[in-house]
Amino acid sequence: MSAATAVLKAEFRLFVREPYNLFWIVVFPTVLLVIFGLIPSFREPNSGLGGDRIIDVYVPVNVLLAMIMAGILALPPVLSGYREHGILRRMSTTPVRSVTLLAAQIVLHFAAALGSALLVIAIGRLAYDVALPGHLSGYLLALLLGALGALALGAAVAAVTPTTRAATVAGSVIIFPAMFLAGVWIPVQAMPDVLQRIVEYLPFGAAAQALNQAAAGGWPDWTNLGVIAAWAVALITAAVRWFRWE
Amino acid sequence: MRAGTARGDPRSMPIIEVSGLRKAYGGRPVVDGVAFTVEEGEIFGILGPNGAGKTTTVECIEGLREPDAGAVRVAGLDPRADRNALTRILGVQLQESELQEKLTVREALELYSACYPNPVGWRELAERLGLTGRLTARFGKLSGGQKQRLFIALALIGNPRVVVLDELTTGLDPRARRDTWTLIEEVRDSGVTVLLVTHFMEEAQRLCDRIAVIKRGRVAALDTPAGLIRHSAGGTVISFAPSRPLADGDLAGLPEARTLERRNGRLTIHGTDTTAGAVISLLARHQITPHQLRVTDATLDDAFLELTEDREN
Repeated sequence: MSAATAVLKAEFRLFVREPYNLFWIVVFPTVLLVIFGLIPSFREPNSGLGGDRIIDVYVPVNVLLAMIMAGILALPPVLSGYREHGILRRMSTTPVRSVTLLAAQIVLHFAAALGSALLVIAIGRLAYDVALPGHLSGYLLALLLGALGALALGAAVAAVTPTTRAATVAGSVIIFPAMFLAGVWIPVQAMPDVLQRIVEYLPFGAAAQALNQAAAGGWPDWTNLGVIAAWAVALITAAVRWFRWE
Repeated sequence: MRAGTARGDPRSMPIIEVSGLRKAYGGRPVVDGVAFTVEEGEIFGILGPNGAGKTTTVECIEGLREPDAGAVRVAGLDPRADRNALTRILGVQLQESELQEKLTVREALELYSACYPNPVGWRELAERLGLTGRLTARFGKLSGGQKQRLFIALALIGNPRVVVLDELTTGLDPRARRDTWTLIEEVRDSGVTVLLVTHFMEEAQRLCDRIAVIKRGRVAALDTPAGLIRHSAGGTVISFAPSRPLADGDLAGLPEARTLERRNGRLTIHGTDTTAGAVISLLARHQITPHQLRVTDATLDDAFLELTEDREN
């Protein structure tokens, strides 16, 4: 077994031993969707959404919620803790570089977020007859960019917070505006025009718009995709620039 | 641990070379010109008071810190520039580090074993460190001594040529401490060089072939444990309660006596074997009976205290 595989295997075991994180990443977005779907008016065509039902709009929102939970809530305390407790330092004395540990955790959070997104889409389809994404490759691209942005934000938070506790606090502060931008409270399409135009230039707002467009069957607007990509690049650069190994 | 290593003359080749090592934190020098060499196959001890720069010195050897000045070579490798090659031959036990809270002992051993190209069998190592009964326990549930033994196992798991142990037996009970000493001697006997940072004089005296005493970032003395004791004040300690007082003039004439103190009618003289002989003749000449006469060797403790004492000037 190669060293990288061994690290991934060990980190996978640790990942599934965190029931709290698993709940928020994998279970919560789907449960929230199910609850929304139980509200009868959410299943009626809505004139303010151009005839879509509210539940249709909430599938992409909850897909983004999975990304936010993985990237902002779960990831930063893990990465900060690995540094705080000298786990990275211990690993750096072996032939395996300590960045392997961080990479394994990022990959696992990424995989869990994607799995959760698929679960949201599947339950939306099966329970509430929400149409599958109309433009599959466009949807997938928006999804991957959204996940990348969320994980980059989490890594940047871990880079600037010295302890697990600080990372948890920072994550739980940032998560509220992130959820707002993703449209958890008001879907981006339902926001007033001015607000919508602002939100489109922020990471999760742009991702929400891109997902909506792809869900409706079109190729997502390049501006939206570009905005998410730019944020991801900026956040990754910040994380790499400011991450302290000790 | 290292199978098939021919020892030859174990004192012939330096495997660790440190010269002119300097490291300051925020303008405050912590390591200030440390130099020593460690021969292949020896147990080399680093002793010193808290804050003397011991850990910083070994961190420079491990490549965890960049020295401000000076040169470090481990088996000819630069710990920073040749980091990748160094990690393959160097096993490390850090003074302060943890593992993932929920990682089990077995998983930790398997993980670290997979990190090295040519590891030793982890089961045998777990057996020798008394961890076999705790393989399924999570790191966070281990006692301090069990964590320490796990870290010793991880330092040895890569089949290293050199192993650096920072505070080897801190947190171990006396039984486990002695078992660990035996293990370290076996490791040395198999040809591995051991660099040991310790607070325990008994440990240093028992294990180390040579010791560097570090004080305020410098090497204050470097010798075998016996040599350090011999060269410190009072290699031999003579103490007794004389049946009647001795004249100061007689005592002043004692050969090789370094210190002399009277307390509660008891006389303690630090000197050498020659001093001891002279004391006995002196007493015989004056027909003085030495009550409760004790002639003992000074310990490494005495030597350490003397070497690291903060004198004026």
